Amino acid sequence: MKQKIGLVLGVALVMLWCLLPIAWILSLSFKSQDAVSNGTDPGFLPLDSFTGWDNYTAVWDDEQFRRSILNSLGISLIATLLSVILATLAAYAIARLEFRGKKFVLTVALAIAMFPVVSLVSPLFDLWRTIGLYDTWPGLIIPYMSFTLPLAIWTLSAFFREIPWEMEQAAQVDGATSWQAFRKVIVPLAAPGVFTAAILTFFFAWNDFVFGITLTSTENARPIPAALSFFVGPDPFQRPAGLLAAAAVIATIPIVVIVLLFQRKIVAGLTSGAVKG
Amino acid sequence: MSSTYVATPEVDAGKTPPAGSDRSRAEGRLAAKLVAPAVIVMLVVTAFPILRALWLSFYSYSLTAPDDREFVGLSNYITALTDSLFWRDIGVTVLYMLVTVAIELVIGFIFAMVMHRVIFARGVIRTSILIPYGIITVVSGFAWQFAFTYQNGFVNGWLPFIDEQFNWFGDTTPAVIAIMVSEIWKTTPFMSLLLLAGLAQVSEDMIEAAKVDGATWWQRLWKVILPNMRAAIMVAVLFRALDAYRIFDNIYVMTAGAVGTESISFLTYRQTIEQFQLGMGSALAVLLFLSVLLVAFLIVKLFRVDLAQARGE
Repeated sequence: MKQKIGLVLGVALVMLWCLLPIAWILSLSFKSQDAVSNGTDPGFLPLDSFTGWDNYTAVWDDEQFRRSILNSLGISLIATLLSVILATLAAYAIARLEFRGKKFVLTVALAIAMFPVVSLVSPLFDLWRTIGLYDTWPGLIIPYMSFTLPLAIWTLSAFFREIPWEMEQAAQVDGATSWQAFRKVIVPLAAPGVFTAAILTFFFAWNDFVFGITLTSTENARPIPAALSFFVGPDPFQRPAGLLAAAAVIATIPIVVIVLLFQRKIVAGLTSGAVKG
Repeated sequence: MSSTYVATPEVDAGKTPPAGSDRSRAEGRLAAKLVAPAVIVMLVVTAFPILRALWLSFYSYSLTAPDDREFVGLSNYITALTDSLFWRDIGVTVLYMLVTVAIELVIGFIFAMVMHRVIFARGVIRTSILIPYGIITVVSGFAWQFAFTYQNGFVNGWLPFIDEQFNWFGDTTPAVIAIMVSEIWKTTPFMSLLLLAGLAQVSEDMIEAAKVDGATWWQRLWKVILPNMRAAIMVAVLFRALDAYRIFDNIYVMTAGAVGTESISFLTYRQTIEQFQLGMGSALAVLLFLSVLLVAFLIVKLFRVDLAQARGE
């Protein structure tokens, strides 16, 4: 009985932890601009200053904001697709084939995963301007791919190890080439792993901030996190809280949708990719 | 779920074709073709910029006066390493890392225990815990910044020992605490999911046996559960620590580096992107990279983590 009460309390605590800031930003997004900046309605809930959907319509009317949503969606989806294709090929080779340089690939991936992004942005800024990739979609897609490939390769090699490879050999015995065996037998079995890698890659790209603020300068390619930080000018202490909160809520919707749809797969992917003991 | 991912014996063991055979050569060629694109993309964005940063770090080079570029040898490094600002930022960064990872480890473990034991509402909890993990750091930074500001936040009203008008962003210590709260909120779920995977690997039989032998709950935790999930704890700590050491987004959003909250990543960013000091910024970038390597090395040594093994390689 005591244990049960402890568990219920624990669950309540976890839920409160996870959802309190979400509730807070939702609440802010319904408060009027005036009330927030003058501090006339400082409580948690928007009691005196409820404005309905005003902040949302105002944000949505902003052309630059809509553009940054579109940028983020396009860039993240393309980066995810390309990254997962390359990672699948590489992870298959790592899990399955004997070749020289396997250690090298894994070491490179590990080194890149722990690389401080800030160390890279200024040379990349220079290079991108020279070759014309600055402030373009590919200018962000390529860095996102480089930084999500390590995670995708690890997650996928972990999954690929679980596949009963005898089936592929059986296909080869039946006359299929290595490539055919890979495509017809392994790809369907590996699909859940590929899917997990895709979700994690999308999370990374959607969340990125450093590349977003340094490698873009206009609404051509500026993704949503960078747009949010520029939305309001340079002073971090005088921000249009209500508008910003509404924009933040809109930017969070894709993540919440993905989480709701694929909760099981994300948990499995995170844990299997990182911890195998 | 994680029980399906228990390490399996090396699949290739015993079936590697003899070196030099046609089959092994064909396999090598196929592997090269499959791996090359990924490796090339990873190197394009890292190898060239690293070499260029290294090269630029020996120059005095500002984007505002590009024609005055001049070779200055180690002078940028000496300037950085003898400047108290650099060491203050290193100190603040290490503080962010130590405090957030320590707190996240404890809270993350408690959350993992709850998730491991709970039978009802499993899906709801797992869905909720993924929200902080998935949410944009900039968004959570905003949420917490507004929560802490005294004009419109709720934090002062909820903490009885804090004055209503207390300005969290007016001084280093409270501002650092506010940034840490945001960081801890965002990344504890990640930690707890990694620990959950480790918990799932501790055999229930062993825990039962300890129970039968009369071990208390506390003894079972310290003598059975924790030692058996050592690998998972190490991996979680290593990954979170390296991430925390590179802290940037939360600081940018919450204080923009004001009142001494600046991290070493932020200093590097400020020098290169805001002040266009590419030479000095590159030297800082190299120092940042070297210090990340040092942190990784220390943690691996300290915990004796075998990453290759933890990754199942």
